[in-house]
Amino acid sequence: MKQGNTTSFALKLAAVAIGMFGFGFAMVPLYDVICDITGLNGKTGDQVATTEDVVATDREIKVQFIANNNAGMSWEFRPTVRTMTVHPGASYRTDFFARNPSSKSMTAQAVPSVTPYYASRYLHKTECFCFEQQQLATGESIEMPLHFIVDRDVPDDVHTLTLAYTLFDVTEQEDVALARLH
Amino acid sequence: MSAVIEHDNHEDHHHGPDKGLMRWVLTTNHKDIGTLYLWFSFIMFLTGGVFALVIRAELFQPGLQIVEPEFFIQMTTMHGLIMVFGAVMPAFVGLANWLVPMMVGAPDMALPRMNNFSFWILPFAFSMLLATFFMEGGAPNFGWTFYAPLSTEYAPPTVTYFIFGVHLMGASSIMGSINIIVTILNMRAPGLKLMQMPLFVWTWLITAYLLLAVMPVLAGVVTMMLMDIHFATAFFDAGGGGDPVLFQHVFWFFGHPEVYIMILPAFGIVSAIIPTFARKRLFGYASMVYATSAIAFLSFIVWAHHMFTAGIPITGEMYFMYATMLIAIPTGVKVFNWVATMWKGSMTFETPMLFSVAFVILFTIGGLSGLMLSIVPADFQYHDTYFVVAHFHYVLVPGAVFSIMAAVYYWLPKWTGNMYNEALGKTHFWLSFIGINVTFFPQHFTGLAGMPRRIPDYALQFADYNMISSCGAFLFGFSQILFLFIILQTIRGGKKATDQVWEGAHGLEWTIPSPAPYHSFSTPPKNLEEAHG
Ligand code: HEM
Ligand SMILES: [Cu+2]
Repeated sequence: MKQGNTTSFALKLAAVAIGMFGFGFAMVPLYDVICDITGLNGKTGDQVATTEDVVATDREIKVQFIANNNAGMSWEFRPTVRTMTVHPGASYRTDFFARNPSSKSMTAQAVPSVTPYYASRYLHKTECFCFEQQQLATGESIEMPLHFIVDRDVPDDVHTLTLAYTLFDVTEQEDVALARLH
Repeated sequence: MSAVIEHDNHEDHHHGPDKGLMRWVLTTNHKDIGTLYLWFSFIMFLTGGVFALVIRAELFQPGLQIVEPEFFIQMTTMHGLIMVFGAVMPAFVGLANWLVPMMVGAPDMALPRMNNFSFWILPFAFSMLLATFFMEGGAPNFGWTFYAPLSTEYAPPTVTYFIFGVHLMGASSIMGSINIIVTILNMRAPGLKLMQMPLFVWTWLITAYLLLAVMPVLAGVVTMMLMDIHFATAFFDAGGGGDPVLFQHVFWFFGHPEVYIMILPAFGIVSAIIPTFARKRLFGYASMVYATSAIAFLSFIVWAHHMFTAGIPITGEMYFMYATMLIAIPTGVKVFNWVATMWKGSMTFETPMLFSVAFVILFTIGGLSGLMLSIVPADFQYHDTYFVVAHFHYVLVPGAVFSIMAAVYYWLPKWTGNMYNEALGKTHFWLSFIGINVTFFPQHFTGLAGMPRRIPDYALQFADYNMISSCGAFLFGFSQILFLFIILQTIRGGKKATDQVWEGAHGLEWTIPSPAPYHSFSTPPKNLEEAHG
């Protein structure tokens, strides 16, 4: 209870406050790690290498494709096929179509989301346009490939998987590191 | 004792308050700063109250009659921000400034100059926030919970002022809480043990630790917003690899402890008042301390009950549901202790006691609707409806706000040396009590029937209850003018208060003269029996 302690005690408490400010930011990577591990939020995993796998021909899963534009995005963006019926373990290819109808060159980033979320970790992409940004000049269009495999371990109650892409306009933020994006 | 007091007074001759305005600007006296906080909070309470009345006026009838929807949503946002950060929190800090040093027998707060600074930041922070009404784009319009991307991508340009305002008031709160912790732990009168401290001191100690832990997280989340808006980061922008749901996690990690920051000091206040007017010691002192600590701890691990509809996996929902329900146990302990304190007491019902008894009853109603909301499937139905509005207004208005009013009536004689007018005080209580229930009880029904919150118009079947609600709101709002009148009247004069003020009052603050001298406990008190209120 001596006055001398007061300043050092106050400084220690201030250090706690600064630490908690850091903790707030530490929640960002923490959140991503948790989402990665659990597949929460329908975030899909990293690019996987093609593996020779046994195909489960006795199971059929319907995969639906959805393409959305984020608010303010003017591109035409759609899947070339809306649904595919696939066997777990086999590799498939489909394409998404995009066209930039605006009068300026633009860069876009597609962000995927899988429903049901707990199936997202069973959807492997061996190649995806969403791993990169797309740059289109005025009026230019492109067919963008997606190669994927549905894991043979996908839970039994999953009969339909929905893969939705949202297209974001990132023309203004081209140099932002987008490493965390898939 | 009286010899000691005269000695104190003699010393005071040289250190009385300065004259004029500079007294208030430069003061480092805990009583002056407490007064400043309390007046500031009262002004904010009236300001936020006016916004609430604009809301209730618009909702008096279905359809749009008074304000534009754009302005309506600015009203709900600013009402919430002003009431939470401008009215309730500063009022509790003001009470802590006035009372904590007197209750622990200390001459002042541990860090008086920082104390001055933490107060004077606030008027700047809130002027900046309020100035946004007159700027292009208008005031913040994204709700007091400012979810991204509403508060980032779609925010009005004034959001930057909002962010700096939050930074400033966060800094103020952090400094205030450091000061309170150091005062309580370092400045207690020699021999005063922790488990002898009045509960108001205990609850504030725990609250201060909560503030220290979560205000920096709030500062962090608004900093992330600032960076997303101005420095092209993408914390909350899915297009850049971020995630808007992350915002909700960080916000509610702050937000849920924040709601307990607004109620724990209230627990301390009613734990002081009820024993006085029941003329019994507080029942279960130690269990009150442990229950408060348990609530504080649990408040860190339940935040996602605000996010049940945000797409959490079922195991997560179950965890957060049960963890939330767990909070009802220590809360129940407290309610039982208050009731047991009143049990077979010789009770009288002066104004502070009326507010405190109403607190116990109405806060419990709010706690019960909270329990209903913690049930995941029920919350799917109730989330973002008026049922949530009813829940948190029951815990915050007849909870936190009533406790502050009870505290003002209870300690005003000690602060001013004069008794307030009891008849007027009781009138104020009854008008407020009726007003508040008429306002918020019907909102349970409109909420259960599905009326969404934060909208300026509603379907016709909600018309009757909304009209009732609006009448109650105007009754409650205008009764506060009476409150202001009573306070001013008491400051100017009235029946002289004795030192003890209330027949059954115990605690060190009642051993010094009324009004409390500018400097108290320059020499530490010896008679510590009294401390434990
Ligand atoms: C038994 C104790 C309590 C339980 C179980 C509880 C539970 C809940 C739940 C589940 C919600 C989320 C509702 C929704 O948005 O769908 C909620 C909202 C809220 N609660 Fe409580 N609560 C309790 C006590 C309190 C207390 C003591 C306070 C403040 C003094 C409080 C203030 C709030 C506020 C401000 C909100 C709404 C925040 C917003 O969305 O604007 N609650 N409560
Ligand atoms: Cu909560």
